[in-house]
Amino acid sequence: MTSAHVLRAVSGAAILAGLGLPVLLGLGHGLAAAFGHFPAIGAHGPGLQPWRDLMAMPGIGRAAALALWTGLAATGLSLVLALGLVAWVQGRDRLRALRLLLAPLLAAPHAAIAIGLAFVLAPSGWIARALAPLAGWDRPPDIATTGDPLGLALILGLVAKELPFLVLVLAGALTQIPVRAHMAAGRSLGYGRAAVWLWLLLPQLWPLIRLPVLVVLAFSVSVVDMALILGPSAPPTLPVMIARLNADPDLQVLLPASAGGVLQLGLLLCAFAALWALARAAGATGRALLRRGARLQGADRALALPVLASAGTALAAVLALAGLLAWSVAFSWRWPDLFPAELTLRHWQATGRWGDTALASGLIALAATGLALVAAVAWLESADRLGRPAADRWLTALIHVPLLLPQLSFLTGLSGLMIRAPLPPLAAVIWGHWLFVFPYLMIALKGPWTALDPRLGRSAAALGAGPWRRLWRVKLPVLLAPLATAAAVGFAVSIAQYLPTLFLGGGRVETLTTEAVALASGSDRRVAAVHAVLQALLPWGVFLAALAVPAVLHRNRRGLGGAA
Amino acid sequence: MTLQLDALSVLAPDGTALFAPLSLTVQPGEVASVTGPSGIGKSTLLAAVGGHLEPGFRLCGAVRLGGRDLGGLPAERRGIGMMFQEAVLFPHLSVADNLAFGLAPRHRGRRARRGAVAAALEQAGLAGFGPRDPATLSGGQRARAALMRTLLAEPRAVLLDEPFSGLDPERRDAIRRFAFDTIRAAGIPALLVTHDAEDVRAACGPVLALSRATDPTGGP
Repeated sequence: MTSAHVLRAVSGAAILAGLGLPVLLGLGHGLAAAFGHFPAIGAHGPGLQPWRDLMAMPGIGRAAALALWTGLAATGLSLVLALGLVAWVQGRDRLRALRLLLAPLLAAPHAAIAIGLAFVLAPSGWIARALAPLAGWDRPPDIATTGDPLGLALILGLVAKELPFLVLVLAGALTQIPVRAHMAAGRSLGYGRAAVWLWLLLPQLWPLIRLPVLVVLAFSVSVVDMALILGPSAPPTLPVMIARLNADPDLQVLLPASAGGVLQLGLLLCAFAALWALARAAGATGRALLRRGARLQGADRALALPVLASAGTALAAVLALAGLLAWSVAFSWRWPDLFPAELTLRHWQATGRWGDTALASGLIALAATGLALVAAVAWLESADRLGRPAADRWLTALIHVPLLLPQLSFLTGLSGLMIRAPLPPLAAVIWGHWLFVFPYLMIALKGPWTALDPRLGRSAAALGAGPWRRLWRVKLPVLLAPLATAAAVGFAVSIAQYLPTLFLGGGRVETLTTEAVALASGSDRRVAAVHAVLQALLPWGVFLAALAVPAVLHRNRRGLGGAA
Repeated sequence: MTLQLDALSVLAPDGTALFAPLSLTVQPGEVASVTGPSGIGKSTLLAAVGGHLEPGFRLCGAVRLGGRDLGGLPAERRGIGMMFQEAVLFPHLSVADNLAFGLAPRHRGRRARRGAVAAALEQAGLAGFGPRDPATLSGGQRARAALMRTLLAEPRAVLLDEPFSGLDPERRDAIRRFAFDTIRAAGIPALLVTHDAEDVRAACGPVLALSRATDPTGGP
């Protein structure tokens, strides 16, 4: 066995054991517990009692329907807006500028955006304050703007986060099809831009973006942290309901909670089926309409609608982040003032409130990202040495499993397993984060790694450099920029994790995200704002560093400029 | 309808002209050829006429079709068909749907539209190829399908961007003749850019050589 085989075996085993196995075990344990089998808490199945208990919970039907509705609506809306935005921008050659513009929103964790949006939308928030003089409100109006029964605020929050992600995905997919040629061919036949997008580009893009869209759908149907802050409360969405059950001190409640996790999985499968049916129907209708040859030249003006809606969403998100910053330094901020009358750094100076949490968040993120980076590089390098394609089908499938399953469906089972075989909480949390950091890091790194000019390695080999020397002295330095970007992506993913920390830490590990979510429902907006600002600042700082470090180290190397 | 280029040139984003101003009149049923060394901007010239210039490039002079200035009109409203070197059949549509996508909307009704597509396929010697995946067609078949798609849109002029250069030398002649005959029969002006002398000879129309903007003698 050569060193390449050893590297392959070790990295493959680590990925399988660290990612595939626990997800499977968690899922299996959750399934068993859902049918009443949970020996660690003295339950021996199989039985249907957990399901009866779950179904007896008040509002469970509406909670499930709400999760399905908000998830599907947010995904559909994000997709339509992203497509409209990219179609509008593509003709103007500003895709790069758009990506830069959306990067801060992409890096900001869901919880931070949600807390900020709550500040903006709440009856005592910025929008109401701006309207107060016009409407003559002398105190905050009695309207449910966040936590509205239809989940509209939650949908807005999800769109604000998923829209930038889908724009990035679309921008990447666009480079894989001959957009210019097809645009020119379509327009020379008399079709407007919007028609070319609908009939020529979208059908070709769909297979390329389907998987990321499913990831967005899975996330949106199962989201907990954002739904806690922005979602309806009586009843909440199903994921919130299940997460609350998991936090119950009575361990017996874990049984219906596990059934809830399985229900959540079923719900997601319904959502996938709905999306699949919708895509099929849209494809068939599209082809039927296409054969009629309608040129739809006027439809181009309709592109303004998604662009305006996207701009509105982005503005809301920017206001949300600005609101966080304002609240974190507000001393007194009376209704209906638009800005705090007095500013203070007191909340920031009380480092005792947030210092340890921020440190813990950073360390967990660094550890999870470091481990993920090592695993990814080991796997990709072993593939290179053995001459195999970097993106094995099974690995691609495997890394998407944690992203496509509702977190609750296997984390509930995993936390149940922890009762029997407890890891130290911090290690369990790091590993829980790694489950999500590794897939995203791998997705970010795979493209640039495989695009590396193979002649570089061959030239080095011809000069007598062995495989390790080639890795250290040629590949990794040349790939520094994409490595740094992938690490920044991983770091941001870790900072944003909520459920893994909560479930695997057993309540003994606090991160900025768990703290921010806990504080968001409390009375002191200022402390919650400090946590949320930190939550957004940490990933931004790392992203800036990821841009700056290669730029400084490679300042005199023009050939490496485009490597990211 | 006549296609007229009047002192036409294209400015690159940095403000330099790609080629010396060009004037040309193409009568209906005529195929005019524009030749020139590669890289001088032959394709850009066609992009300018068709309205497909990339952002940053600017057009000087005028393009007239039937006396009407096309300046400022978007590509889809110019009524100018385009044939590319790579044929650019849409890979997600069957051959018949590619043609149906081109067929002008004034043909109404499913039966009439299907009939028009079938007739065009037949005319191009592609009868029965309708349900095929365009990727399974040979280069010559692709070129003919693309030409029929372009003509089914009933353009008022056609631009040909080296449409024969990718074909086998043996087939090239027959496909070229088919293309030029079909365009002449349609009675519309056509503008061909090419660096193949055979193309120019077969086109039998006016010939113009593009020259560098800085070259005062005009011509290579």
